[in-house]
Amino acid sequence: MNWFYFASPATFYGLAGRLAPWFFILAAVLAAWGLYLGLGVAPTDAQQGEVYRVIFIHVPTAWMSMFLYFVMACYCGLTLVFNTRLSAMMARAIAPTGAMFTFIALWTGSFWGRPTWGTYWVWDARLTSELVLLFLYFGYIALANAFEDPRRGDRAAALLALIGVVNLPIIYFSVQWWNTLHQGSSVSFKGTSMHVTMLTGMLVMSFSAWMYAIGATLVRVRAVILERERRAQWVRNLPEAA
Amino acid sequence: MRTGRLSAATARRERAEGSFSGGFSWAMARDLRLAWRHPDEAVLTVAFFALVASLFPLGIGAEPQLLTRIGPGVIWVGALLAAFLALPGIFAADYLDGSLEQMTLSPHPALGWAAGKIAAHWIVSGLPLTLLSPLIGLQYGLAPDTLAVQALSLLVGTPVLSLLGGACAALALGARGGGMLLALLALPLFVPVLIFGAGAAEAQATGLSPTPHLSLLAAALIAALVGLPWAVGAAVRIAVD
Repeated sequence: MNWFYFASPATFYGLAGRLAPWFFILAAVLAAWGLYLGLGVAPTDAQQGEVYRVIFIHVPTAWMSMFLYFVMACYCGLTLVFNTRLSAMMARAIAPTGAMFTFIALWTGSFWGRPTWGTYWVWDARLTSELVLLFLYFGYIALANAFEDPRRGDRAAALLALIGVVNLPIIYFSVQWWNTLHQGSSVSFKGTSMHVTMLTGMLVMSFSAWMYAIGATLVRVRAVILERERRAQWVRNLPEAA
Repeated sequence: MRTGRLSAATARRERAEGSFSGGFSWAMARDLRLAWRHPDEAVLTVAFFALVASLFPLGIGAEPQLLTRIGPGVIWVGALLAAFLALPGIFAADYLDGSLEQMTLSPHPALGWAAGKIAAHWIVSGLPLTLLSPLIGLQYGLAPDTLAVQALSLLVGTPVLSLLGGACAALALGARGGGMLLALLALPLFVPVLIFGAGAAEAQATGLSPTPHLSLLAAALIAALVGLPWAVGAAVRIAVD
């Protein structure tokens, strides 16, 4: 079996087109279920009242912002090691979605902070490192697009993403290493102190965000492939090209 | 008993194969010699630092208590910006006239000469900033122990800035967007260094121990020394390919 059949932009274009709608459908279904659990079923919090329900958006997007950077860094590693075009295209496709999730995490976190901490923003370790993550995404996108030769942009931005991956453990462990205003982690592999419906709602929303991210990346990578391979014969033979 | 001189065979082998130390010493000596002949860059870096540090009291107000409070942070930000502005000079001239491409063709490993260039850049920019910082600190009315910790934090932190900034400068060679792009790449990576560096001086100023901050800075320096010269060499190879 040829494991690398889909490693070519030409073949992956079709696969991505067939898969993307399913991921969006799955994301929509999971989001509907997750929001039902989060907004309808989960009980009122003893300390925060109803305002805590923003965690059903805030936590999934924050988790995805870090996870997507990690996945992007993996694709960047593949780009540098194997010099494959498609790895670089996937990394480029992930970056805007990752930046969006980071922004949503920061934005929803601000609105959660105002009623609970009394402030929209504080320069503690977690918020600052998440903001740095947003700038790292922007830097990746800017550097990748800063060159005439797209392959040079791919490799330069790939190396930048790998240098920046050191920020991920800092974000993750920031609440343990520093005395921060942001609360510590409530969920770990050993168990959680959260109410079970809150936890379920949060996990379902996280999967929904993940499925959405995959769908959005697949759609975006199709656009990147078309742009980069536009002079190839298979692109000219596409029905959309007519 | 071995003397300090290489045997003829070893010397021939070193020249043909190249080595880390060969590349490092060559690049550092070359860049230092060039900087000595054209000291504008070094002098301007230090002058910029002094100017920026003068702007804050003029803009915010010169109450001694306020200045003592903001001093460590302002000095660190000024040094960081001055180090940042010196970054394009590491590779720009060599890139434009083709010397950088010749360096990638040398038998010395890229790790060696890239580390040598960064070392020379630090000696020309970071070290003068560190040496000037006590003087600026006096302008802000900082106590002698704070000045010492400030200088130590800069001594440990500015090489990290040179290494990180050198990698970003190499990545952005020949890119559209110039200095702004370099700012977007380098400044987020500088943030942890700034936090710990300024944190060390502020800890000392408020009576706490600066050791945790300095330890983390030193750890960052060791990690940077181990990992970043390779990244700089890889970035230069990406730039000239």
